[in-house]
Amino acid sequence: MLVLIPLLPFAGFVINAFVGRRLSKTVSGGLACLVMVAAFLVAAITGWTVISGGHAIEQTLFTWLPSGDLQIPFALRVDPLATVMILVVTGIGALIHVYSIGYMHEETDGEYARYFSYLNLFASFMLVLVLGANFPVMFIGWEGVGLCSYLLIGFWFRKKPAADAGKKAFVVNRIGDFGFILGMLLLFASFHTLDFQGVALAAAARAPETATFGLMTAATLLLFLGATGKSAQIPLYVWLPDAMEGPTPVSALIHAATMVTAGVYMIARNAVLFSHAPTTLAVVAGIGVATALMAGTIGLVQNDIKRVLAYSTVSQLGYMFLAMGMGAYAAGIFHLYTHAFFKALLFLGSGAVIHALAGEQDLRNMGGLKKALPVTYWTFLTGAIAIAGVPPLSGFFSKDEILFRTFTGTAVNGWNGRPLLWLIGIVTSLLTATYMFRLVFMAFHGERRHDAPAAPVRPEEEEPGAPVPPLPGPVYSDLPAVDRTHGATHASHAHEGAHLHDAPPSMAIPLIVLAIGSIVAGFIGVPHAIWGSNRIETFLDPSFEVSREAAATEPGAPLVDVPPAAEPHEDTGRELTLMAVSTGIAFAGIGIAMYFWLRNRAASDRMARRFAALHRLLLNKYYVDEIYDAAVVQPIRLLSTSGLWKGVDVGIIDGAVNGVGLSVGAGSRGLRRAQTGSVRTYAASLFLGVVLILGWYLWR
Amino acid sequence: MTLFQNHLLSVILFTPTVGALLLLFIGKERDNAIRWIANIFGVLGFLVSLPLWFRYQPQGAAWQFVEHADWIPAIGATYFLGVDGFSMLLVLLTTLMGLIAILSSWTAITERVKEFYIFMLVLQTGMIGAFVSLDFLLFFLFWEVMLVPMYFLIGIWGGGRRLYSAIKFFLYTLVGSVVMLLGILALYFYVYTATGVYTFDITQFQQLTIPSNVQKWIFLAFFLGFAVKVPMFPFHTWLPDAHTDAPTAGSVILAAVLLKMGTYGFIRFSLPILPDASRAFVPMMIGLSLVGIIYGALVALAQTDWKRLVAYSSVSHMAMVMLGMFALTPVGITGSIVQQLNHGISTGALFLIVGIVYERRHTREISEYGGLSKVMPIYAAVFMIMTMSSIGLPALNGFIGEILILQGVYVVNKIWAAVAASGIVLGAAYMLWLYQRTMFGKIENPANEKLKDLNLREIATFAPLIALAFWIGIYPTPILRRLESSVTRVVLRVNSVYGPAMAKAAADCNNPPSAAAVAAAQANAPAGFTIEPPCTTEPAPAAPPRREGERR
Repeated sequence: MLVLIPLLPFAGFVINAFVGRRLSKTVSGGLACLVMVAAFLVAAITGWTVISGGHAIEQTLFTWLPSGDLQIPFALRVDPLATVMILVVTGIGALIHVYSIGYMHEETDGEYARYFSYLNLFASFMLVLVLGANFPVMFIGWEGVGLCSYLLIGFWFRKKPAADAGKKAFVVNRIGDFGFILGMLLLFASFHTLDFQGVALAAAARAPETATFGLMTAATLLLFLGATGKSAQIPLYVWLPDAMEGPTPVSALIHAATMVTAGVYMIARNAVLFSHAPTTLAVVAGIGVATALMAGTIGLVQNDIKRVLAYSTVSQLGYMFLAMGMGAYAAGIFHLYTHAFFKALLFLGSGAVIHALAGEQDLRNMGGLKKALPVTYWTFLTGAIAIAGVPPLSGFFSKDEILFRTFTGTAVNGWNGRPLLWLIGIVTSLLTATYMFRLVFMAFHGERRHDAPAAPVRPEEEEPGAPVPPLPGPVYSDLPAVDRTHGATHASHAHEGAHLHDAPPSMAIPLIVLAIGSIVAGFIGVPHAIWGSNRIETFLDPSFEVSREAAATEPGAPLVDVPPAAEPHEDTGRELTLMAVSTGIAFAGIGIAMYFWLRNRAASDRMARRFAALHRLLLNKYYVDEIYDAAVVQPIRLLSTSGLWKGVDVGIIDGAVNGVGLSVGAGSRGLRRAQTGSVRTYAASLFLGVVLILGWYLWR
Repeated sequence: MTLFQNHLLSVILFTPTVGALLLLFIGKERDNAIRWIANIFGVLGFLVSLPLWFRYQPQGAAWQFVEHADWIPAIGATYFLGVDGFSMLLVLLTTLMGLIAILSSWTAITERVKEFYIFMLVLQTGMIGAFVSLDFLLFFLFWEVMLVPMYFLIGIWGGGRRLYSAIKFFLYTLVGSVVMLLGILALYFYVYTATGVYTFDITQFQQLTIPSNVQKWIFLAFFLGFAVKVPMFPFHTWLPDAHTDAPTAGSVILAAVLLKMGTYGFIRFSLPILPDASRAFVPMMIGLSLVGIIYGALVALAQTDWKRLVAYSSVSHMAMVMLGMFALTPVGITGSIVQQLNHGISTGALFLIVGIVYERRHTREISEYGGLSKVMPIYAAVFMIMTMSSIGLPALNGFIGEILILQGVYVVNKIWAAVAASGIVLGAAYMLWLYQRTMFGKIENPANEKLKDLNLREIATFAPLIALAFWIGIYPTPILRRLESSVTRVVLRVNSVYGPAMAKAAADCNNPPSAAAVAAAQANAPAGFTIEPPCTTEPAPAAPPRREGERR
């Protein structure tokens, strides 16, 4: 039963990959959606069983890797945490599949089938990642989603930026995998198991490494390196903003339902282990909040609609890591779950805008779309309100929970930086509201700066999001004109109609469903302070502690670390205050955006000019890509080309070998000269030899 | 049928030779007849080797399918064949890759067709012979037999600076093997002085206790011979040239099988015959392996020639194989063997992949290509799978080998594992960059616009490799089970830490001596032979009467 969940999308992949080219679009697209919906139904039934049964379900298929003491079964397990994840992946995933039917309709049959086969495969690997009962099985999914993101980001592989972005995503993720593999090996060497429950049990049997830097700290730090790769945190976040080179529904899938949530999920999955390494938790929280702030500031000035959303994802993931670092695992997963709704909504909404505007992605060329694209506008607005944290939409509850737990949490022991972390979180919250509404106002309000027929065609798949003049991506500048028709067809679309098309039904329905989700999804986590019951937390908590039955089999395992199941109620007053603060902040952010980008556009330009240096720094994303290029990529290139290859390989080693060859050759040529054939010379040398030998003996 | 039953290895060994002899009688202008016969013998060679897989008994005797006959009685050389799980798998790899290499040459080779296939078939016999010989002199004979056809394959049907590369290949290998022969002779005479018996019997050598200073010299002699073949840094520079200039079939065989001769030699000879020296040289071996992993990967990153890039990736991957081996742990050596098979599969396939476009375009410059996935979608898919296999994506074969090696190394030294793991990052970088430069982008070279996708014959060359890549990646158990006893025996000899494994191996036999008893017996034995634990050798079916003191 359990295996069906990843197997259904996998079957869709196999069919579309092998015979897709011969199927019509309706069949291949329909099939891909159907398997996802079926997987969602199975996941829902499974979830229901878990909820009603109250314990995890496990299925072992076969022994995958038996060698000596390394015995890895191919096992799947679903517990409350995995339940939430499979529902998000299959549910949001299915909506994105449906949306893609409309969005990709201009591709040829073969490309269309290829697209949907990748999409199915992506979902399948993500489900393996989530359901895997041990590290290596999780790693199958972990690497699998990396592969699929490579394929999908580079789907329009004929344009170089897309192919570059796909490769960047894979290689950066591999750096993270380096940590993941080593962390996994360390855990196995110490605990002799890689099963998640086994690891949790073994970790629980040890004292938390409060002041020491022990193996659990080392292992969790290595695993966290893996998480920063997948979940786009400092220092490995650089691939995610580029990943928007892929088709927009792919961005939605990567940013909302799959891939980037993997790192957060992995930490939550190993909550007991991480709880025993407070140092790591502090690092996780610090990195999380720093990423949130940094990405938020970058998002404030970007002009590419998808790039703003991409940085917003990085920023929101930072919140989730903050929650993990605070030991508030349930709060982090809660935010992951609400974020899936509104981020999928925002990406799909931006896709609808791009679709309507013939591939235009630059916010400066939009504006006034509110009337022309009502469905898109209202759903997008819902998403923006939700991410800004306005009550009672979903984003408010989850973000507030994280901030509240940051303020009051106990996880960072000995270090009283919690108010500081909270403050940065609140500032980021302000930024979030500001940049989201800047986007809304620039795209949908104000004057229409996009006259469809005459617009310079900047199709999504041609040029990277219109880089600002001072920084033309040096790599891309030699790019010749488009060879594909996507953008052009859109342009002709817009031209003929002379007015803009709102999203067609296959795109509108997912938008509406997601908008409703963004409104109501938070209600399962209404805190006790405002007379809710925080169901999701009570539901999830069993996943973050060693299960009682498992602990019972291990005598003497002290359950020292169980995080408090529910916050004590006496904090109600403080919680309400914090809630009011964050609500106020959300409105303040919207107000700032309204002033600068709706009421007084000139003011924002003035600001940009006054702080030109800062503006340029943000616009260029703190030059991190350039710094990485100069500090890592170029030195490696130089080392490998002129250092090792031309220098050591050809110069020293082959030089030595050829040198031996040459000197043997020269030596033999020299000796050949001695073979003159002249008897007199031979006699002379004979005589010389006799003299020398005699002299030697006499002189001795 | 009894011939087939009792002399299976001989049948496998000489099937290609029969094909080569048959080809001698075919008129050299009848190209297609020659091709058909060669391909039939390629398939036949693989089919007759298949029973090895099914009839090999993982829990059975150490050496199976044993054949024993006199060869040169005066010096104690015998015709002694037999396989364990390790060499059984390598024989299967050889016959499969031989079949594929022959099949892949149908249209690629148009000149001197007859000689080409004769050399290919003789090469097959040489390689199989080296893997199944249990007599050191016989092994050396086959080892040298491989050299000549390969030299001609590169020199006659190659491209680029083919003569330079062929001679470089020949000289490197020859120097290595001459020194190795000295080592073999040293061993041979040492045994004679210790026991008064002239023998080249490897199974006996594997039970010797040799003083460790003697071991060290012999180890170094073997090292040169095997390290050149692997090739280990810094003996690798013949490889990029030989690979680049060899015809496709030559590159495939070279990468998939010939390089395995080196690693096979280390596991078969160096570790069990010279355990003390092997342990003593661990720092050197690990050091060279780690350098090789990173070095090969970095240099691969710099290449502009498609084939040369794959060749350097070979250097990196084979260094990984060596690393796992010299961890001297059961998991590490198992991983090392699995990774040898994997390297044969994925690098063999990668050379086939270059060969496909080389045959169509006659250039290997990466910059000449780009955008091929538009005109060659099946080809692009195959290339993608093999790229992923090569960079170790889980659920494909490469991952199984890498994770076993890393785990085996990790328990010995964490730093080694960390360095090796960083090679995996670089591996992804150079392979994906290669893929991007050749397959992605738009077609800018008009010569690429009309390229044909794979035809059925070409798909047939890849199909078994893809199937194997997934099989090993998803369900490696049958292979690992067949390797267990061979690996245990090697570890037993070379790494005394693994006492429990030793006891377990002994318990697998019918008549188990305790580990302590074996150790005690070894301690008491004179400098010559040690007491042989039972059931290490299956009694040879038609063994000639043995001289006294030779065995048992």
